[in-house]
Amino acid sequence: MDLSHEDVQSILKIIDDSLLDELHLEIGDFKLVVRRRAAGAPLATPGPSSSDVGSQGKVSEAAVWPEGGSEPVVSRGASPAATARRDPVRRGGVEVKAPMVGTFYRSPAPGAAPFVEVGSVVDEEDTVCIIEVMKLMNSIRAGCRGQVVEICAENAAMVEFSQVLMVIEPAP
Amino acid sequence: MKRVLVANRGEIAVRVIRACQGLGIDTVAVFSEADRGALHTLVAGRAVCIGPARAAESYLSIPALLATALGTGCDAIHPGYGFLAENAAFAQACADHGLDFVGPSPEAIRLMGDKLRAREIAVTVGVPVVPGSDGPLHSAAEVSVLAGRIGYPLLLKAAAGGGGRGMRVIPSASELSEGFAGAQAEAHAAFGDGTLYAERFLRRVRHVEIQVLADQMGRCVQLGERDCSVQRRHQKILEEAPSPAVTPELRARMGEAALALIQGIGYENAGTVEFVLDAESGDFYFIEMNTRIQVEHPVTEMLTGIDLVAEQLRIARGEPLRFSQADVRTEGHAIECRINAEAPDQGFRPSPGVVRLWTPPTGDGIRVDSHMVSGASVPPFYDSLLGKLIVHAPDRTAALDRMRRALQEFRVEGVATTIPFHQRILDHPDFVAGRIHTRWVEEDLRPEMGIR
Repeated sequence: MDLSHEDVQSILKIIDDSLLDELHLEIGDFKLVVRRRAAGAPLATPGPSSSDVGSQGKVSEAAVWPEGGSEPVVSRGASPAATARRDPVRRGGVEVKAPMVGTFYRSPAPGAAPFVEVGSVVDEEDTVCIIEVMKLMNSIRAGCRGQVVEICAENAAMVEFSQVLMVIEPAP
Repeated sequence: MKRVLVANRGEIAVRVIRACQGLGIDTVAVFSEADRGALHTLVAGRAVCIGPARAAESYLSIPALLATALGTGCDAIHPGYGFLAENAAFAQACADHGLDFVGPSPEAIRLMGDKLRAREIAVTVGVPVVPGSDGPLHSAAEVSVLAGRIGYPLLLKAAAGGGGRGMRVIPSASELSEGFAGAQAEAHAAFGDGTLYAERFLRRVRHVEIQVLADQMGRCVQLGERDCSVQRRHQKILEEAPSPAVTPELRARMGEAALALIQGIGYENAGTVEFVLDAESGDFYFIEMNTRIQVEHPVTEMLTGIDLVAEQLRIARGEPLRFSQADVRTEGHAIECRINAEAPDQGFRPSPGVVRLWTPPTGDGIRVDSHMVSGASVPPFYDSLLGKLIVHAPDRTAALDRMRRALQEFRVEGVATTIPFHQRILDHPDFVAGRIHTRWVEEDLRPEMGIR
């Protein structure tokens, strides 16, 4: 059975709106277990193989001063929008996805140390990278607590909307 | 010009990509999440997802489009039609970032986008306009004064409007105050600008437009007319050329008027000057200019053999026009039917969904510009155009026959289409005789068909 992104979203919404901590769904050979996590990152486990559902990269507000301007330009944080996921879902990890098209930067400034490396331990609110759109720097947050297991985009490369930037293994 | 970002979707994105390929130019397609896998993303050299389904966050997002163009090494942007095609700020933003905008200057877009300014310019260069107000009308009382001079019925229009949107007929003085308030509110809601002006409402007119091309050196040609009188609520349904109502003498006069207008503003690239024509008197009046490629451009291409989108690209990269007015020859008759995913028998309700089967007609003199294939989906977020069926034949009678056969052969399953409606038009004696006007569909055809 095919499980579309919309299906997953609907299931996650059902459990989010309920007081339940766990949901077991069985349709024929298809088994799905959704469990509410302390960190707030829902983990969906379709059986028999186990894989996780990614979360859209969360954006914090970023203020930059454009050249010659005196007023900061504030980009509004994009909410984690529902998006169709076509990228392969990585085993055991939460995907941080690009909430906008732009240039991916791993560090806060040229020459500075990267926000994170593979193995870094992050908190939900930690900035893990920046996406620049027309000189506006958008800080991308981890979205969940855990460990960075993969960085999927090249520094300074253009990334598409909804492209997977990183994979984070959520803390138990 | 090495690589062009095509800032659009649907059939026009496919059309522009093909024109680029014909000139050896690389292409970058953009798409929203609702258009993942759409034809334009498959035929382009590269395709980039720029945002979610909502157009405001994808196809209308200037930062997303510019970031993608710069990030993929494009040196030009083709806007297609709709979306940002007539947005002066977008054209300016392209220029500011060193990208060639395939279209006119931001100033020309701005001038013609302000319908009142466009009207003033037309008057200045001696192009006739519909009798009406010389400037904005601020109150119903001002409209009343105008009505004393030119009489009712009047047509209230939004200065920022265009494409048939933001217009309201005022049949008599008693309906003025309510109509004025309504039109003002509508204009404000639709365009963020409630400025109105008024023209005498001409009831039995045809819509006849002139295609123009102008290069950066100021050389310009007109490529004759298209008759777009078959309309529903000011939206074109079917277009043809030559117009059954235009004589060679009238064609020459309308062409000269169109050229006077574009020379008057130093226009560059492709554009269309729209007129209403009183077929009985032969009087024509300027209504507006569209500063972009139009949906119905293939009609002119079939007649002249000129690839308008390729010419747009050549002009944008600084080439002079390769032909003069004397070189422009038209041959035969062309008709275009817009095939929309709409249910004509249900008030033209949009019919999005999956096109299970798409088998367009083929054969000599038949062209289909479309982004559809069997299994493609029509998302509910954008316009309902599935494609355009264009036929070309030696004369109008032969073209009508060819269009009837092509419509008969066209198989679409999964969504409702306007094909049956086109068949009714093609069989109607008024249309066959060329005796129609812009309100013919609403006043004659639809009541006959028993549909609203």
